Amino acid sequence: MTKRPKGAIIGVGELKPTRYSEGKTTLSLLTEAALLAIKDAGISKEDIDGLLVGPQVGETPQHVPATVSEYIGLEPTMSNTVDLGGATGAGMVWRAAAAIEAGMCETVLCVLANKNEKGEALRSPNRNPIREFDVPFGASGANTSYALLKRQHMEVYGSKQEDFAQIAYWARKNAQLNPNAIFYGKPLEVEDILNSPIISDPLHLLEIVMPVAGGAAVIVTSEEKAKKAKNKPVYLKGAGEKITHRAVSQAPAIDALPFGYCIPHALKQAEIAISDIDLLSLYDCYTSVVAVTLESTGLCKPGEFGDFVQKHSFGHDGDYPLNTHGGQLGFGQADLAGGMSHVIEAVIQLRGEAANRQIAHAKRALVTGNGATLSETTALVLGGEQ
Amino acid sequence: MSSAPNISLPKPTITPISQPFWDNLKQKKLSLQVCQSCDKWIFYPRHHCPYCFGTSLVWREASGKAKIKSWSVVQRAGHPAWQERTPYVVGVVALEEGPSMLTHLWVDQKDLAYQKEVEISYEEINQHVLPFFKPRSIE
Repeated sequence: MTKRPKGAIIGVGELKPTRYSEGKTTLSLLTEAALLAIKDAGISKEDIDGLLVGPQVGETPQHVPATVSEYIGLEPTMSNTVDLGGATGAGMVWRAAAAIEAGMCETVLCVLANKNEKGEALRSPNRNPIREFDVPFGASGANTSYALLKRQHMEVYGSKQEDFAQIAYWARKNAQLNPNAIFYGKPLEVEDILNSPIISDPLHLLEIVMPVAGGAAVIVTSEEKAKKAKNKPVYLKGAGEKITHRAVSQAPAIDALPFGYCIPHALKQAEIAISDIDLLSLYDCYTSVVAVTLESTGLCKPGEFGDFVQKHSFGHDGDYPLNTHGGQLGFGQADLAGGMSHVIEAVIQLRGEAANRQIAHAKRALVTGNGATLSETTALVLGGEQ
Repeated sequence: MSSAPNISLPKPTITPISQPFWDNLKQKKLSLQVCQSCDKWIFYPRHHCPYCFGTSLVWREASGKAKIKSWSVVQRAGHPAWQERTPYVVGVVALEEGPSMLTHLWVDQKDLAYQKEVEISYEEINQHVLPFFKPRSIE
């Protein structure tokens, strides 16, 4: 059997995103999400002996696990900061399982949150070398990086604006079935997306996630302990990860991006094929990320996502259910917690608790995470059966 | 941390390793490191060769010729000082010597094209000379 990290998610907690955090701190949001997950798992805080947190740039730059442990009131025997941008949430899940298998702990709280204060600049303090070799030329921030990626895709493969717009369209459509989504009650047509302002050509405003305040937590435990859990456990069946670069200018060729490694790796660990997947829970900070992720799954060839998205339907009742919670494009992105929303939707679907957006017979989900500009990538296969 | 008025364009944050790159630009020379073990050109400047881990690197003048790999016409800049200059064009270019770099493109929007040939244009900003790129002149 293929070697893989083993564990199961027995609890999830997710705060309803709000545009602004209004007086809350990142530590208080982390605690809110953590307590929801602990309650959902039906365990007590004494059961938690592992803690994974994300970096909080500018707020708690160092000693993050100790600060969060102290604030929440935990004394973990394993803790760490996972720093993979949008891949952090998915990256936490396999790391938790690996730490459990290594005998360092048995039940790990993986928690992410972010405040979003009105008027606060969202620019992150970039460090060298990106600060030295990108920022002085007028390229700061993710919008321009993802615009460059999208432009390259359009030039190399001839993909069209209408193809990318399909991805934002389905995210927003799916969000109409999720009352927690920031864009619930605000449907969009493809034309609305194509007519939205250009932020950094060829990228439209409505192809970009909305920054929000929020938080998300999952609890990972051993397969043995999961059998006695209150909820139906959701098992980690396989994982893959690859990091190739930081700055978009240093990225590999557009057909050699790191999802091309980590998605097949996760499927191989799970000993399944992409056709066995019932839910695609794909990280979607920008439409172009979903495009190249789909092309890395094997569902379509590099350069052919356009045909794929024009031919298929991506709702919970479609032929390829994709981001049934609305994705981050529809749900909102509470910084790193946004990436965890893809894990949590997979858990909810595999438990069969997705109510009006439940996928029939959902057994397996592919979850992806992506940090920087397709730089840090993680893929997970989650399954409802051990 | 709201955007301050009169904020200046961000200067390069030069390190001891990259100092020759910026010094040579002041002399209107684009210089890159070359690995003496594997002969590969390297960008951005490093302490070692990321291809073969060789540590014997020498500075060599590059042609300044490149092709456009991608570009974006920025309408909403990520830095407040750059917002005043929108719309402007940033791009990724593949240097003739191999490495890719991010740059500012002095190319009319209507002339932007994949694989378009460009050449270096030395631009002084805030006492630093930056390697921008412009359409290649006819030789």
